[in-house]
Amino acid sequence: MSSESRILEGYVSLPYKWAMGTTTTRFFDELKDKKIMGTKCLKCNRVLIPARSFCSHCFEKTDDWVEVSPEGTLRTWCGIDFSYEGQPKEPPYLIGIIDLDGTDVGLPHFVGGIPTDDFDEIAKKVRIGGRVKAVWKENRTGNILDIDYFKPVD
Amino acid sequence: MSQAVAIIGTGQTECGKRTDVSYPELIYEAVGRAFDDSGLSPEDIEAVVSGSMPPAMEGVANPHLYWADAMGAAGKPLIRTATCGSTGMSLAHTGFYHVASGLFDLVLVVGAEKMYEGDPQGTMATVADPFFQRPFLAGAPGIFSLQSNEWAHRYGLDEKRVRMAAAELSVRNHIDALANPYAHIKLNITVDDVLKSRIIAYPVRILDVCPASDGACAVIMASERMVKKLGATPAWIRGVGYCGEEAFFGEGDKVVWQAAINAAKSAYKQAGITNPRKELDVAEVYNPFTFQEMLFYECFGFCDFGHACELVESGTVMRGGDLPCDPSGGTLCNNPIGATGLQRTAEVVLQVTEKAGDHQVPGASTGLAHAMGGLDQFNGIMILSNSL
Repeated sequence: MSSESRILEGYVSLPYKWAMGTTTTRFFDELKDKKIMGTKCLKCNRVLIPARSFCSHCFEKTDDWVEVSPEGTLRTWCGIDFSYEGQPKEPPYLIGIIDLDGTDVGLPHFVGGIPTDDFDEIAKKVRIGGRVKAVWKENRTGNILDIDYFKPVD
Repeated sequence: MSQAVAIIGTGQTECGKRTDVSYPELIYEAVGRAFDDSGLSPEDIEAVVSGSMPPAMEGVANPHLYWADAMGAAGKPLIRTATCGSTGMSLAHTGFYHVASGLFDLVLVVGAEKMYEGDPQGTMATVADPFFQRPFLAGAPGIFSLQSNEWAHRYGLDEKRVRMAAAELSVRNHIDALANPYAHIKLNITVDDVLKSRIIAYPVRILDVCPASDGACAVIMASERMVKKLGATPAWIRGVGYCGEEAFFGEGDKVVWQAAINAAKSAYKQAGITNPRKELDVAEVYNPFTFQEMLFYECFGFCDFGHACELVESGTVMRGGDLPCDPSGGTLCNNPIGATGLQRTAEVVLQVTEKAGDHQVPGASTGLAHAMGGLDQFNGIMILSNSL
């Protein structure tokens, strides 16, 4: 019996077509016009972001649309400095959770607009609890990356 | 119909880069050891519970079909349970439900992963929905570092102090792993090594982070009737608790983390534990990141919120302390994800049955095993004791 154990190399590459539903479709259409929309649950009064068709707590339908502020507070952030298959951009870059004014759910997105070559320097400028504002892409095509990133503004 | 449940056998593989065996052969190794430990054979088992990470990890969909022969599952009910990082604890709970229900007296529970066969972070990035969260929540290091940074800033603690406590925990886990024959990472490191190690996801450095591992773990669960019949040495399951959260990462507070708090509360209630710090002898806390281990101390009531660093500084959670945590070296030094939560369970079984060898906590009779998973979404706890 051979004492060798060899490797078989292969790929599983599958295409997908993800149906958005009408609520997500409208949310993305509004982003093209630089509007960030949430939906309000009339039972718990939370403003959900991104807009949803039902409330994650109350199980109620939510079709009461509200435009929310493009500014908010940075709940947390971290600096990504590793690579993986399917990564949206070249590291290093920053991600964060943003509590937009007038919403009750944090939004994950990029934090940007500052040099990202020294994390200790970044940590002086990107503050948990600090204010951030959406920076829009020039060409908006109707997806979550129409917001380029959130920029610290104080 | 409800009946008491014990774990009467465990089997773990050596973990690391296991290119010497195929995926089913790795399972066979862990399952064989669980049979050796319990003195049972495949024909004694009535049902099989198995699980792993999303199948993109190894590129084989529904892996329980592929694993069936290696678990001796032909002719038996076979189920797959999967909740990402908490899979191993969900497996332990699923096995418990099988026996506690009264439907089965002997159940085999198996968790495994072969993370060197695919792209772990690429796989984990696909756990998030494709519309809103996927581009940002970059695999496990992304979400865990968001949580770690938020925790580190919540209580206004001095950054250097938090950093130092995390580094000391990293050293403790690495030293403990040297005494665990199944651990993947065997590194003799110092606090300074941790503080100077490369950043993976700021503020988290590579020595704050678990590895990706190949490995498998199996346990055999038995009813009280069967424990008596076999004359087995049992670790009794005295309490289980599990709690999930919303699909959107931004909904819940991940610092005063209700999923972790509630899972612990319900497990403590079932086990009759009112003061976990005093009544637990050992805890295998799921600690893929050093910072998270401290966050969990607070959520599990080992200390008040904002005081986890003190447990490290006072030595309470170190070997020889009041409540030694992760004497196996934890997830931080061994992380075949589908097996990891079950390894936490198996390690507590070894501790309360005095079979942990070089990493035995002397006299341990009651312990806590934990895992968390999803998009920082699920927490599961199991309390085990050497008596009912």
